[in-house]
Amino acid sequence: MKMTHSQWLGLSVLLGLLAFSLFGILFSPYSLSEQNLDAILQAPSASHWLGTDHFGRSMLTRMAHAVGLSFALSLLCMLTSSLVGTAFGVWAVWGGKKVDNILGIVVNILLALPGLVVVLLFAAIAPGSFLVLYLAISLVQWVEYFRVVRAVTQGVIQSPARQSSQMMGFGRWYQFKRHIWPAISPSVFTLAAFGGANAILTMASLGFVYVGIQPPLAELGLMTVELFPYYSDAPWLLAQPLIVIALMVFSFHLLAGKRA
Amino acid sequence: MKAMLFKRALQLITVVWGVGTLTFILMRSLPGDMSYRIAASRYGQDNVDSHAAALVREELKLDQGALMAYWHWLSDLLQFNLGDSLVSGLPVVDALKHMLGHSLLLAVAGLMLSVLIAVPLGLLSAWRGNPLDSVLMGLSSVIRAMPVFVLGVLFILLFALHWNWFPVAGFGTPAHLVLPAITLALSLAAVSNRVVRDSAKRTFQAAFYQFSRVKGLSAWQTFRQHGVRNIAVPVVAFFGIQLVSMIEGIVMIESLFSWPGIGHGLAHAIFARDIPVIQGAALVMGILFVLLNTLVDIICLWIDPRGAKTL
Repeated sequence: MKMTHSQWLGLSVLLGLLAFSLFGILFSPYSLSEQNLDAILQAPSASHWLGTDHFGRSMLTRMAHAVGLSFALSLLCMLTSSLVGTAFGVWAVWGGKKVDNILGIVVNILLALPGLVVVLLFAAIAPGSFLVLYLAISLVQWVEYFRVVRAVTQGVIQSPARQSSQMMGFGRWYQFKRHIWPAISPSVFTLAAFGGANAILTMASLGFVYVGIQPPLAELGLMTVELFPYYSDAPWLLAQPLIVIALMVFSFHLLAGKRA
Repeated sequence: MKAMLFKRALQLITVVWGVGTLTFILMRSLPGDMSYRIAASRYGQDNVDSHAAALVREELKLDQGALMAYWHWLSDLLQFNLGDSLVSGLPVVDALKHMLGHSLLLAVAGLMLSVLIAVPLGLLSAWRGNPLDSVLMGLSSVIRAMPVFVLGVLFILLFALHWNWFPVAGFGTPAHLVLPAITLALSLAAVSNRVVRDSAKRTFQAAFYQFSRVKGLSAWQTFRQHGVRNIAVPVVAFFGIQLVSMIEGIVMIESLFSWPGIGHGLAHAIFARDIPVIQGAALVMGILFVLLNTLVDIICLWIDPRGAKTL
């Protein structure tokens, strides 16, 4: 697979943010919730590279944790939903009419509600739980993969090449690797990049309306709300989570390359 | 047409069932005796005693196990018996009516504005080509990368706090509607102007379009007679796809601007764990979503009757 310049740019920005997060979590001398009320709302300095928030907590440490949390969630959701969506998509075509119909009904139920509403309802069951957030977002996202994979696979299954492979006695796994995967992989990669961006957006949105990850944990949407009242005293603090969210989403869009 | 309406009706039933089931699970998963909670939601927090709880338990046959309770929960829902809010004690239906009006106002204003922004800009970038095209596409990529609430926060900082042109939040006067509607419109238009551009470009390059120019029609006549309808089909179909982001955008924008609509109500109810309101708000959103989708389908069929066969 050859990547374009803008895809390389997107990937390198994402890797840069990931490195920032890892180094920040590993090497910062401050802990996530360590307060210092003598030094609140400070500008970036030698001891606090990104300044301190309204409780005097190190912004660098908090940003690193928040970025790490966003990456963890988006990668987990990406992996889960792409695996589940691809597997079910291929199965719907290969498994015969009955399987296809049942999966179709499940998908229609999930599509009947806007994704964010489903995630909000799940968040209501267990507020502040990372696991529930991850499950809900994956549940919403796998449908996209399923629909695309199913549509593409339908064409490949009928192809003479795949049918002769089957008649020569090759197993299903080989047929999948040789015929189906090359046809669906570009779409799956594009969907995965957009899915990563959406997972980050959804978590930040939930944090922003205060039903996502709960304080004192650091999360980008939550930090936006927390720092908003101090914007006139310390605009550089509010700017940090906003810029990072936009940067992450933009990089994922660049990485996706093709437009959705 | 009939098949499409049937499919949408089926979807409507799934929405009601899905929301009802999820909120039922939510109700069961909370700690404590369920009959007390339902009694509280029906008769108000102050009127709950063991007698009221026993009445509810008797009526809903709660001691007969989860399956029976589930059945009663759903039949209550089908009669639009949504109960009272656990926080305010007022009937959920009244609150929903109030919120729905505000949400619809915001949605219609936002959608209109987004069409007014996206269609001319999309046509312009298809008509003029580079360098204007690249500039507009770049701009829309940047706006698209920002979540709705980031866009909203930026607008509040600039237009409400810095320049004091519009109120920060609230509702009542037309000035309050400006910022939320523009936020929603821009976030929608940043995606849909690409669709307009692509569709227009495809049409302008199509053989039939070139032919009508060659046979002597003016540029405007060609556009009106052969362009508009052909460009419109994918664009209107895309508005159907965009309904998801519109409803998600409304949830975020209402919470940000304290606009008293369904999304604001849902977020607050989830925060307060006010289950009857959660159920009502999610239900209204789901129903709205299905109805709007049906509307888009009908408009698509009206523009392009050929689609009737494939639906």
